[in-house]
Amino acid sequence: MNWKCFFAMLVRDAHVARRNFFVLILQTFLQPLMFVFIFGRVMVRSGYMPEAYKSLLLPGIMAISMVFTGVWAVAMPLIAEFQFTREIEDRLLAPIEIWWVAIEKVLAGSLQALLAGLVVIPMAWLILRPGVVFSLDSPLTFACVTVLVALFAACGGLALGCSVNQSHIGLMFSMVLTPMIFFGCTYYPWSALNNFPILQKIVLINPLVYASEGLRATLVPQFPHLSLLAVLVALTVFDLLLLATGLRQFRSKAVS
Amino acid sequence: MVGIRTQDLRKVYTSSPPFAAGGGFGGSASAGKRGKQPKTEIVALSGLTLEISSGEVFGLLGPNGAGKSTTVGILTTRVRPTGGQAWIGQHEVWKEQVPVKRLIGVVAQRPNLDFSLTAREILLFHGAYFGLDSVQRTKRAGELLERFKLSDRADQMVRGFSGGMMQRLSIARAMMHDPKVLFLDEPSAGLDPQTRLLLWEIIREYNESGKTILLTTHNMEEADALCHRLVIIDHGRAIALGTPAKLKSSVPGGFLLRLRFGRQSPDLLEQLRALNGVREVRANDQNGADLYADRGGSLIRDIATLASAGNVDLQDVHISEPSLENLFLHHTGRSLRE
Repeated sequence: MNWKCFFAMLVRDAHVARRNFFVLILQTFLQPLMFVFIFGRVMVRSGYMPEAYKSLLLPGIMAISMVFTGVWAVAMPLIAEFQFTREIEDRLLAPIEIWWVAIEKVLAGSLQALLAGLVVIPMAWLILRPGVVFSLDSPLTFACVTVLVALFAACGGLALGCSVNQSHIGLMFSMVLTPMIFFGCTYYPWSALNNFPILQKIVLINPLVYASEGLRATLVPQFPHLSLLAVLVALTVFDLLLLATGLRQFRSKAVS
Repeated sequence: MVGIRTQDLRKVYTSSPPFAAGGGFGGSASAGKRGKQPKTEIVALSGLTLEISSGEVFGLLGPNGAGKSTTVGILTTRVRPTGGQAWIGQHEVWKEQVPVKRLIGVVAQRPNLDFSLTAREILLFHGAYFGLDSVQRTKRAGELLERFKLSDRADQMVRGFSGGMMQRLSIARAMMHDPKVLFLDEPSAGLDPQTRLLLWEIIREYNESGKTILLTTHNMEEADALCHRLVIIDHGRAIALGTPAKLKSSVPGGFLLRLRFGRQSPDLLEQLRALNGVREVRANDQNGADLYADRGGSLIRDIATLASAGNVDLQDVHISEPSLENLFLHHTGRSLRE
């Protein structure tokens, strides 16, 4: 394993992310913050939503921001670099086994997703205050869940980025990411689906459910949520599954 | 010192070949319609054996789809061979990829620069991937930018670069870690004549420092000017190998006269064969003939006389002097540019 080379690729990604910082910020935070503003502030102030909804919304928004950032950070460059610009060839020819190039992408994407997740908390708090009640009673569990969510986002990005055609990027958003977000228990807890028993079972195949519920369990445990054990197991399984799929797809794209 | 060897290299694509491999079709498989038909198999290489000495400038010459880029792809770890073996120095390419990648520098046919970086950053990061320390990287990047006449644009994003500038930067990048073997896939395609000359000079200079260079081209002039030896490949097979001079002298007579008549006349072709200085006559399409001879223009009068005596209309004559192009035509019956 050539750590020097791996680290240099990580520095390259950090350098590019820093260069695109402003665009990244807009891309990552604009939509969730508008959502927070409308649902957490406008709807609550006007009485259509109860005050408690503010706190309920926070973990969901954090999950969306993380998943969106991770997927975007890994998938979009890969789609372009494999199919159009071939930019990645420089790194495929670097003196390192090619799967480390994919692992590096996952690591860089996870770090970005983590950053996005951690930035959302203070930003949402600023918009929503007063009235947000969240706790960090178990920082270790919170850290575990957050890292697993970040990895899920980046591994998902790898799997999508190496499977989707450039011409199908729009479809990827409308067919994969949007349904995932709406059926991902982001804007409501899983228990809110009690009256829709079939749907409640079906959404369990959506990894975002575990991300939102896991963050809910650690940030706002006063609301009903899935058990933490189920969340940790499910996220780990999804992470490994997506990573394996992603690496296989990456290999088939990288070598003809 | 590091040379290159391949042993009975074969490659069959079951999906369309990658960009770099030109999307060409070799072998007998047909392109077929897309859809429910079984997977189309495209034979890109069928048993290529080469031995390239260290310190040599070696050329792969052939038309589009001959298997040039696939050969480069296999030798640079980017294409998995279907059969056979390849070595860079002592390392078998498919099995020891990392040591191989340390030894080689690669310039792909299509520009594949990192568009998120400036020209200088591209060189610096490339150096970092190969473990150069920051002092070495900065020094080497500066030298290369100077050598390739890119210093004034060094700190601009490469997105706005012209094709020629991108090509120069690609080559500079490939040289950044001072590889023992340099692969150049169609290095001067799309370059203006001035830049091409600069490039040739740099390639010669790099070779003089003891490096092995493998380049692909379908430009005869380039092969002639740069290569110590070259192989002509077609349909994934080597059809001729040697120094440019030796290859050219292997064409019967050297001169090629491509003739077109109003109608086909076997009698006329027989008479042409008997002309003084004519070595070989081959009918090409319906009404044409390729005539190999040891003289050129001075044959025209005799050909015209024979044609009019046989009541055949001589419509077109094209004379070419001894060249690799003729050699290719002689071996394949097709022009390199077809």
